[in-house]
Order: sequence, then C-alpha cells, then structure tokens
Amino acid sequence: MRPSAIALAVIVSTAAHADAHADSIIVQSTTSTKNSGLYDYLLPMIEADTGLTVNVVAVGTGQAIKNAERCDGDVLLVHAKAAEERFVAAGFGTERHNLMYNDFVIVGPAEDPAGIAAATSAVDALTRIQRSGSKFASRGDDSGTHKKERALWAAANIDPDPGSGQWYLETGSGMGATLNTGIGVGAYVMTDRATWLKFGNKQDADIRFDGDPALFNQYGVIPVSGDKCPSTNTPGATAFRDWLISDKGQQAIANYQVDGKPLFFPNAD
Amino acid sequence: MEALREAFALIVGLDADLFEILGLSIRVSLISLLVATLVGLPVGTYLAINDFRGRRIVIIMTNALMGMPPVAVGLMVYLLLSRSGPLGVLGLLYTPTAMIIAQVILITPIIVSLSFQVIENLESEYRDTFRSLGVRGGRAIRAYLWDARYALTTCILAGFGRAISEVGAVIIVGGNIDHLTRVMTTTIALETSRGNLDLALGLGIILLLLSLIVNAGVGAIKEFAKKRQYA
Repeated sequence: MRPSAIALAVIVSTAAHADAHADSIIVQSTTSTKNSGLYDYLLPMIEADTGLTVNVVAVGTGQAIKNAERCDGDVLLVHAKAAEERFVAAGFGTERHNLMYNDFVIVGPAEDPAGIAAATSAVDALTRIQRSGSKFASRGDDSGTHKKERALWAAANIDPDPGSGQWYLETGSGMGATLNTGIGVGAYVMTDRATWLKFGNKQDADIRFDGDPALFNQYGVIPVSGDKCPSTNTPGATAFRDWLISDKGQQAIANYQVDGKPLFFPNAD
Repeated sequence: MEALREAFALIVGLDADLFEILGLSIRVSLISLLVATLVGLPVGTYLAINDFRGRRIVIIMTNALMGMPPVAVGLMVYLLLSRSGPLGVLGLLYTPTAMIIAQVILITPIIVSLSFQVIENLESEYRDTFRSLGVRGGRAIRAYLWDARYALTTCILAGFGRAISEVGAVIIVGGNIDHLTRVMTTTIALETSRGNLDLALGLGIILLLLSLIVNAGVGAIKEFAKKRQYA
C-alpha cells in the first residue's frame, strides 16, 4: 500500500468510528446550560433511559439557532422565546415547549459604584449604571442573554452604543468570557443565575441586583424539523425532548443544585 | 502555583477524562500531521528542485497560507461540512474527522514552505551531481528528502506544534462535544469560560509537557541516528 493510501484508510476509519454512534443526536444549545454543569448531570440519565448518545454543541443562542437552521443539529435548546417562535414559524422546528426557567442577575464589584443594590427595578439599575459612569460588559454576541440585555436598555430609553468601547464593553464572547472580562475591569455584567453560581473566577464581584420579574429567563426546547432538514434524527430528537418535559425529566432538573441552591426551575407545558 | 497543583493532581490521579481528551488531541494532531507531511514534503521538494511558470507565485502563496487564521479555516470547513453545505451528506461535521480536515488545511502550507526552504539549500549543492547522474523526478525527490531528513524533522515538529496547540478551527468544526470532539485546547477554552482559571492553566501546563516530551523524543532520536550514521 502506498503511503497516501494508508493515510486515506486512516481517515476513512476515523470517519467510520465517528459514525459508529448511529443513534446519536446533536443538541444545539446555549452556553449557560453547559457551563452550569446541567448537562453533566442530566445526560447520563437521558442516555440510560433512551439509549441515545447526546452530543451537545454549546454556543450562544443566536449562533445555535443559525446552526440549527443549517440543519447542523437535531434539537435546539436555547433561551430567547421570540427568536425560538420565529424558528418554528419558519418551519425549522416542529414545535416549541417551555422547559425550565431561571433568572438573570446583575453582578458587579464590591463597592457597587452605581449603587444598584438600592435600585427598584432592572431598568432603574441600568439607568444608575449609565448615569454613574460605571462600566458595563455586554455579551455583544446576539445570544439570549444579549437580546434580553438590549431589550432592557431599550426599556430604559438608553442607547449604550455611543459609549461602546468606553463604558459599554461588548466582548462578543460567551457568558464566562464576558464575566472574566467584566470582573477584570470592575464592570457590571448581566448574567443568568446558573452560570454565575457555577462560575469559578468571581473575585470580589457578586450579585448586586436581582428579583425583578423583568429578569425572568425562559428556556425552550425544539426538535429540528425533518421536513426542512431530512438528515435530522427525528425519533432521537423527539425522545430527548419527551424525556426532558416528562415528570422524571422535570424532577431531575429541579433536583440539580449547586451549593445547595437550585439553578433551574422546571415549567414544561 | 494552584495551577501547577491542579496539573499534578490530574496527572497523578490518572484522571480518565484527562487521558481521553489528551488521547484525542494526540490522535487528531498526529493524523493531521501524517497527511500534511505526506502531501507537504513532496510538494515542497518539487517546488524547490523544479522550475516552471508561476513557481514564484505558488511559493509566495504557500508562504502566505502559513499565516491563515485558524478561525477562518474553521469557518470554511464548517460551511463545507454543514449538513446544508456541499459535503453535508458525508455527515462529518462535529466529528474528529472534521477536525483533522481543518488541521490538514492549516499545517500543510507550513510543511510545504519549511521543507521548500530546506531542500532549496540542498539543491544548490546537489544540482550538478544529480544532473550528471541523470537523477530526476520521483527518484530525485526521494533522494533529497532522505538526505535532508534531519533538517526536515524540524519542519514536521513545527507542523505538530501548530496542530496540537490550535483551538480556533477545531472548536468550530468539532463543537467541543464531551467524549467525542473535546481536545486539550477546547477544554482549556471551556474551563476558562467557566472561570476555572487554575484548572485551565493546569491543562495548559500538561499540554506544554506533552509538547516538550514530543520535541525531546524527536531530538533524541535524531541525535541517536546521527551518531550511528557517523560511527
């Protein structure tokens, strides 16, 4: 055999190996569910009950939806309800189910220079941040968290874009990277609670504002449509979705805790 | 300090996940390197010993390709392998094979360019002898490669260094899927994004150790072979 033929054989056998898990699905997921360790907790149960191999690709919600629209996933698990409903309406998903929720919090340095601990609402907190000349680190990546944050700025009648690069820092990165950056420069950051509880580089930052119903964070699960994407593993995707919204799955989500605190609250419909 | 302790604990504890991830890193990098070497060395040699129209342009292009941003290569391969892309039917996206394809594209130009430099130096020395003996084509390429084998190991190590340390391309086409496409660099990225900086740095130290071992190993083999040759 010629060397190039050997190389080809190696590649083909590698490919064959990767395809060996015929009954596997790809979940296009938001990062928070992964960074919070939820999948590490749920997937062994799901794989035991359904026999599926579940492969999770964790990217921002915006990118996850785009990837799924390119048929590069069997299930979408994200948190941006309006965008999810558009995804289903455009025929890319079969149907959307609420899965669970948690909430967003605003973390900031110990001195709380903007005094948002005394804020009466999320909009008030953002207004105080902008007025006090404090820094705010934004995801800036079209993720679910970013969409939510932009909606809150709009509700506060503040356009942060002119301050981009000065007080409004758009990292264009995931939640963890944005927290690392924000904490590094003493900025405020809006993050989902689950990622924050599990985050390992908190330094002197902590939750400075939370509890406003406007910070509610709903997660949804949607199987990718076999009509738009014939390559979709529809039975696998449906089994995955069904497990998550079943009583057992919902109980498992409720049971997942970090430091004695639940991270997600099941509310499947 | 904490990072060193993390690295030490992972190695001494024979952490199963660590060895799986390390194993995949090595497997993906070595297969990429093998393919890139099999393609790159003959091409680099051919460019060094043959003159043809457009040769300088090909050389400049290959040199420029050494600086290709891995993220751009990753995106290109992603769009190619996406289920809705031209090669989507192969179902290769989010597999180790996809990572190998991206890395081959990244490191082949390095091997071509560096081997070209090595052989070009040798060529000025050998040209007249080979011409008088009538050594041409594949035989000439083989002869050059064999005589330059020690210098060429550096080219191959450079390719290995790029492959094992690369994160931008493999995270896009591999997806950093646990137990499937997670390698050392994407794990470091993940742990950094979880804020586990000590663990991330600990993994970085292990990756550095691996690189040291490979380089020292190749260096030792080279010295040993040279000594035997002149003994």
